[in-house]
Amino acid sequence: MSWWHRLASPTRFMSYSAWVLPIAGWLAAGCIGVGLALGLFASPADYQQGETVRIMYVHVPAAWMALFCYSAMAASSAGYLIWKQPLAELATRATAPVGACFTAIALVSGSLWGQPMWGTWWVWDARLTSALVLFFLYLGYMALAEAFDDPTRGGKAASILALVGFVNVPIVKFSVDWWNTLHQPASVVKLDGPAIDPAMLVPLLLMAAGFTFYAVAVVILRLRAMVLERKIQALQRQLAEAR
Amino acid sequence: MTGAFLAIVGRDLRLAFRRGGDTGSVVAFFVITVTLFPFGVGPEPNLIARIAPGVLWVAALLAATLSLDRLFRADHEDGSLDLLALSPLPLEVLVLAKTLAHWLATGVPLLVATPLLALLLNLPLQGWGVLLAALALGTPSLSLLGAIGAALTLGVRRGGVLVALLVLPLAVPVLIFGVAAVDAALMGLPATTPLMALGGLLLAALVLAPWAAAAGVRLSLES
Amino acid sequence: MTDGFFAMGGYAAYVWPAFGVTAVVLAALLLTSRRRLKASEALLRDLESARPRRREVNP
Repeated sequence: MSWWHRLASPTRFMSYSAWVLPIAGWLAAGCIGVGLALGLFASPADYQQGETVRIMYVHVPAAWMALFCYSAMAASSAGYLIWKQPLAELATRATAPVGACFTAIALVSGSLWGQPMWGTWWVWDARLTSALVLFFLYLGYMALAEAFDDPTRGGKAASILALVGFVNVPIVKFSVDWWNTLHQPASVVKLDGPAIDPAMLVPLLLMAAGFTFYAVAVVILRLRAMVLERKIQALQRQLAEAR
Repeated sequence: MTGAFLAIVGRDLRLAFRRGGDTGSVVAFFVITVTLFPFGVGPEPNLIARIAPGVLWVAALLAATLSLDRLFRADHEDGSLDLLALSPLPLEVLVLAKTLAHWLATGVPLLVATPLLALLLNLPLQGWGVLLAALALGTPSLSLLGAIGAALTLGVRRGGVLVALLVLPLAVPVLIFGVAAVDAALMGLPATTPLMALGGLLLAALVLAPWAAAAGVRLSLES
Repeated sequence: MTDGFFAMGGYAAYVWPAFGVTAVVLAALLLTSRRRLKASEALLRDLESARPRRREVNP
């Protein structure tokens, strides 16, 4: 058995996730706590954007997580379809709501940032638009995974959809970029140039690390619940047959 | 293999035309949706002409999505999909044949109805050729993307709405380049870049969509 | 000082809702996920304690 087979066995997962969970949880709380403290108190306001730049400390990490979670879902879908690991399918399912929540946060905080900076709540800017499409992809995945009476079939169909969506994300990004330059030539402030002040970069990276640990912790929570639910279903079937 | 492929296309087309409802209702939906827009935005001719490419494309996208539910479902429910899958034809080719038939039965009628609607929306004549070319390149992609959605929702009881939710976000690039081509032609610019992008999307969909849709069909045959 | 901090240079109406929405969404997701785990843990415990009794009744 290779290492991932061992990692993916539900019994083993239940034992190692029990001690990974508190570590991830405390790391998330620590990183987000320190990152917030640095971001809200210690970091300077931007000379152009003033205090609104602090929205960046939730917006940018949330947008990163939105993409990261979808990539993780594509990877675990591939793992499920190729190596038939049932835990990989559950992992895709457990990650989807987390990614959808981060995408929603990125959209709402982006809109709250856009209002003072651009003067409107929403612009059909390339990034916002691709994030919106990504949000729809998350919704589609979750709807399809829950639509079947048989959870195995829902899992397989939704895994295929996650891979199709993953192929589509760069195409959407490219076409939306192209469309955007066509309609409003470069009026949007570039937010993440390489020339970012270290006083801003440190809290930004801390928040990103905190969000990642948070995602790991919540995915483990949901995965543990799903493994137990499958076990409960098996037990109930056993009880019904014994009766 | 070509013979079997054409036989399936022919069978699906005969079924579609004998039932008759599919083509008619798709075109009727397309026409009615487009004619609703002037009521929504007002009868001002310049405004309507300005939004015409987008309106026509969005309506065509919705009309193409409307008929997807039946692409595999009828054959799945009466069991003929199981028989077709038993044939030596690879499932990917079978899916491609059924998608081609779907496009011929719904996409081509949309193309035929488009000039009439372009007339109603005061679309300047210089945009017509590019509009038809863009729709001819774009609607097959929509059928292919739709085949993925239709295959994956086989066995779901209320699949129709779900197909739309799955397919419409995937269709965003087709919509963008399709409208951009017509807009470029209306401004007197060359429309080659967006048209080539549409062609590229069609090629990518031709390669990837049958594979994904066949995986979805295979899934529905397992249980 | 605190007045200036909470005012966020006049942008309080944008900065604080952004942080607030993030906090609410992340907390809600965490709590629902946790509740789901606790519920399934409790149900599993009930089922596992129910099983041996059934075996005694019906050997």
